[in-house]
Amino acid sequence: MRKEQSGLAVRRLWKYVSVHKRFLYGSFLFSLLSVILTLYTPILIGQAVDYAVRKGEVDFKNLGRTIVILAAVMMTAAVCQWAVTLCNNKLAYLTVRHIRNDAFWHLLILPLKTLDERPHGEYINRIINDVDRMSDGLLMGFSQLFTGIITIAGTLFFMLRINAPITLLVVIITPVSLFAANYIAKKTYHMFRLQSEIQGEITGFIEEMVGNQKVVKAFGYEERSQKRFEELNHKFGNHMLKATFYSSVTNPATRFVNGLVAASAAILGAVMVIKGRISVGQLSGILSYANQYTKPFNEISGVITELQNAFASASRVFALMDLIPEKPDSPDCFTLTGENTSGSVTLEHVSFSYTEGKRWMEDINFEGLPGQRIAVVGPTGCGKTTLIHLLMRFYEIGGGEIRISGKPIDKITKSSLRRAYGMVLQDTWLKCASVAENISYGKPEAVRTEIIRAAKLAHAHYFIERLPEGYDTMISESGGNLSAGQKQLLCIARVMLALPPMLLLDEATSSIDTRTEIRIQKALVQMMKGRTSFIAAHRLSTIKEADIILVMKDGRIAERGTHSELIEKKGFYAELFCED
Amino acid sequence: MLKLLKYLRGYRRESITGPLFKLTEAVFELIIPLVIASMIDTGIAGKDIGYILWMGLIMILLGVLGLLCSLTAQYFAAKAAAGFGTKLRNDLMEQINRFSYTELDRMGTAALITGITNDTHQVQTSVNLALRLFLRAPFIVVGAVIMAFTVHPGLAVIFVLLVPVLCIAVFGIMFLGLPVFRKVQSKLSEVLLIVRENLTGARVVRSFAREDDENKNFRERNNQLKELQLRAGKVSGLLGPISIILVNAAVLLVLWSGSTEVESGNLTQGQLVALLNYMMQILAALVAFAFLIMSITKGFGAAARVVQILEVEPTIIPEPGNHKEIHNSTVVELKNISFAYAGAKLNALRGISLRISRGQTVGIIGGTGAGKSTLIQLITGFYPVKEGKIWVNTKKIGVVPQQAVLFAGTVRENMRWGKADAQDEEIWNAMEAAQAKKFIEDKGEGLDFLLTGGGKNLSGGQRQRLTIARALVGEPELLIMDDSVSALDAFTERKVRESLKTKAKRLTVLLISQRVKTIMNADILIVMEEGKIIGAGSHEELIGTCPVYEEICGSQLSGERREVTS
Repeated sequence: MRKEQSGLAVRRLWKYVSVHKRFLYGSFLFSLLSVILTLYTPILIGQAVDYAVRKGEVDFKNLGRTIVILAAVMMTAAVCQWAVTLCNNKLAYLTVRHIRNDAFWHLLILPLKTLDERPHGEYINRIINDVDRMSDGLLMGFSQLFTGIITIAGTLFFMLRINAPITLLVVIITPVSLFAANYIAKKTYHMFRLQSEIQGEITGFIEEMVGNQKVVKAFGYEERSQKRFEELNHKFGNHMLKATFYSSVTNPATRFVNGLVAASAAILGAVMVIKGRISVGQLSGILSYANQYTKPFNEISGVITELQNAFASASRVFALMDLIPEKPDSPDCFTLTGENTSGSVTLEHVSFSYTEGKRWMEDINFEGLPGQRIAVVGPTGCGKTTLIHLLMRFYEIGGGEIRISGKPIDKITKSSLRRAYGMVLQDTWLKCASVAENISYGKPEAVRTEIIRAAKLAHAHYFIERLPEGYDTMISESGGNLSAGQKQLLCIARVMLALPPMLLLDEATSSIDTRTEIRIQKALVQMMKGRTSFIAAHRLSTIKEADIILVMKDGRIAERGTHSELIEKKGFYAELFCED
Repeated sequence: MLKLLKYLRGYRRESITGPLFKLTEAVFELIIPLVIASMIDTGIAGKDIGYILWMGLIMILLGVLGLLCSLTAQYFAAKAAAGFGTKLRNDLMEQINRFSYTELDRMGTAALITGITNDTHQVQTSVNLALRLFLRAPFIVVGAVIMAFTVHPGLAVIFVLLVPVLCIAVFGIMFLGLPVFRKVQSKLSEVLLIVRENLTGARVVRSFAREDDENKNFRERNNQLKELQLRAGKVSGLLGPISIILVNAAVLLVLWSGSTEVESGNLTQGQLVALLNYMMQILAALVAFAFLIMSITKGFGAAARVVQILEVEPTIIPEPGNHKEIHNSTVVELKNISFAYAGAKLNALRGISLRISRGQTVGIIGGTGAGKSTLIQLITGFYPVKEGKIWVNTKKIGVVPQQAVLFAGTVRENMRWGKADAQDEEIWNAMEAAQAKKFIEDKGEGLDFLLTGGGKNLSGGQRQRLTIARALVGEPELLIMDDSVSALDAFTERKVRESLKTKAKRLTVLLISQRVKTIMNADILIVMEEGKIIGAGSHEELIGTCPVYEEICGSQLSGERREVTS
């Protein structure tokens, strides 16, 4: 099964790579040339050495000719090597850019339900780290796998041409080096696993303690935290020592085996020279081959692990790209504009399920008139947020029909449908950009005066002015330099500026004090004249003035009516209201 | 990086002997070409097979000795580096523990976490590499040149000329490449940021239908990343070919002039081979050195960040005034306090004066950004007071922070944050007062119940009750609650309030809330707005005198209740 998957991944990867086939052919051609020429140099040097035997026995004419050939061969080899690098880089980075673009676009069209199912770190990991690992793997694969194989074949060929018995000796001893490297790698892997286990533990501890350093301080826990940390750290240090040591044994060990190969080749070779079977120059050629013969083996085994990782990464990236995207807009879709949107909202027998076959929301019927304020209340998990997601078409309804301004929502382009709502959610999200850019996110062409007007309407102007650089203050990632309330005010200003025909507020003011909330609502009310708005909240005092209140319970509308009607009814709503 | 060298101090023996062993190994490596040379000149020329075997044996022996030396060197390097990292991490943690809120705000906990984990790891890896390899390459280069001199001083001049040219080429390429590599790295984090933003903000991006713009933005950055990667590759790809060309040019020179020397009888054939071998050793050493420098420079950036953390001077919070200066019945007194956060333009607190007596319950209410939390963070001494004077008449302060943070571990361990040696009975008492006893008892494991990180296996309200209990375990004289009952339902909240009243009569409570009902019954209510106190007194006193308070009440209490209470 796994093999099949990685085979599939290879085939799909090939599709991306093959777009840039010419660089692949270039890479093959130039590596072939560069390897053959590089391997040919020891032979030429050997020949040159043979032309200088001893005093009075130097053949300058032939030596000169060999040196000229050598120079040409070396230059060409070097140029070819550079060309190989350039081809490989182009091939790998173009491929990877292509894949990353496709993967990112896929994120933008995945249903929110899918995005919510996994931690975000997983998606990020795939688009950043996995793609990176793929590019490393491809680069190494292209540059070293092919070169490595040609090098081994070429070395054997050239050695055989010089002398068969010595070649045989080298071929027999080489596996020792491979076994040694393999043994060490296994041992190291074990040590690294132990190390990364304790590393995970210590990182967890650091994230918990330093991440909550203010609490640590508040309780004077510093000394105890330090003590616990030092214990963990001590253990970590010991494991790290072992892992580092074992991993650094590989190089000396293979160097030692290489030395053994060279020594045996030297002894046998020297005897051969005495016997007159080879020349001294050929011996020096054999020695330099023997010295580098094991290198491509080690490289290839490195490349194969690297390639395996790359393919595993590729199949993770492709799995992401295989997730089913949102349904595309059908061609006959209608586009909502400010002019043709009346703001009426109709839900007819709407149902929805999170998991296939398990109906969770059932038979929701409701008619919202243009300009009405509709409050949705109920305990946590009753379906308020789900309802809002259905209206935005973030989730697809399971059955029934939702109509906006008389049009079924699956007959409206998604982007115009969503732009028709101004949405403010409980989780405030701001971009890593200036305050002004954030406010104008829904209307990028807005000028500064419009932005300030929107901020004033949202009661955000006062605190923005107090920020170090006012409207040009950069908001750090996830808005770390603002309080929760301030972030929410910016989100509201963002909607104030875009002025959509309808509003969706999902617990929008939960992190703002009620007094500010009332002021904002005054501004909202003014803006909402002639616009339909949905307000979901668990704090009941904020929704009393709605035109109609929908009380939800377990995915159904349990009661509906105005505040006073519902209080009089003494039902579920009255119960909720008393508790608050 | 150099500033961090003191962390190697305890490993002086390892840090010195390690590289020394490495050098010994290099010496053995340098001898080998000489052995081969005499194998050719004496063994082959004299047709002496015994001699050849003898020389081969010496080669193997040198290999074994080299292996032993280098294993010792690797062990010492690993030991010194691991010790270095451990000590550095301990010191970093100690430094972070010394930081006041001012430093924590400025540096951000995320940067501190990266500093003590990834950055330290990278520095440590660089130290290990440096100890192992830093001396080796220069030594091999110098050694090979010296050996060349012993073989033939005239030809060694070629070596002397080659080395500086090679160095310039190798390091020149590297220094050209480094800034590009740095740019690649920062571009990659830009790309990462966009991905993360589009995940966390998926709802907002889609609600404004900005997908195409976000996609365009991403493609642009991704393309820039590719261009930078290609540029970096072009530069670093030159390293191999250029050094090969240079070394081979030198090889040709040695061959040509060497042959002349052979012709005149000043050089043997074996010596010529030895010279060529030394040339190759120089090349290999320099290329390895260039890669080493490249990975060590990665460590430089990390080291700079670590040093930055270590060099921050923690703000010293002066001890507040004590009971000798104020009446014993006063727990906290503030006189004319003004305060601004570092980097902020305007004051968060302006001219605050306040006195809290023993046993009082004081409620603070006000809008977002009114300065409520700032005020209590000054009382608890998390920020230094610059203007005005503050007196705190007790050391036993229990704090319930705004966010209900708990830690991975048992309930007992979490409760002992308040008091390190608290007995189970004390803990149960505190939990009873905080209405946390029952649901923990229901779990079956009692105080041994394991909380996962952040207490995620409990509901928000349960977590909040445990944080209240945690503050009570130390039997504080002053309990500070920063909007810490927001996740409790009205019933539980009332029970907590009642039990606080009856459990400890002498307990002084400072309560922040946005909910009128939470603080309405306090002895004194303080109304704050824009960093100032704009009203103080009981609920009854404030109704009718403080319009802002009336407005808050109006927004939260239903009509009937307002009338009843006023």
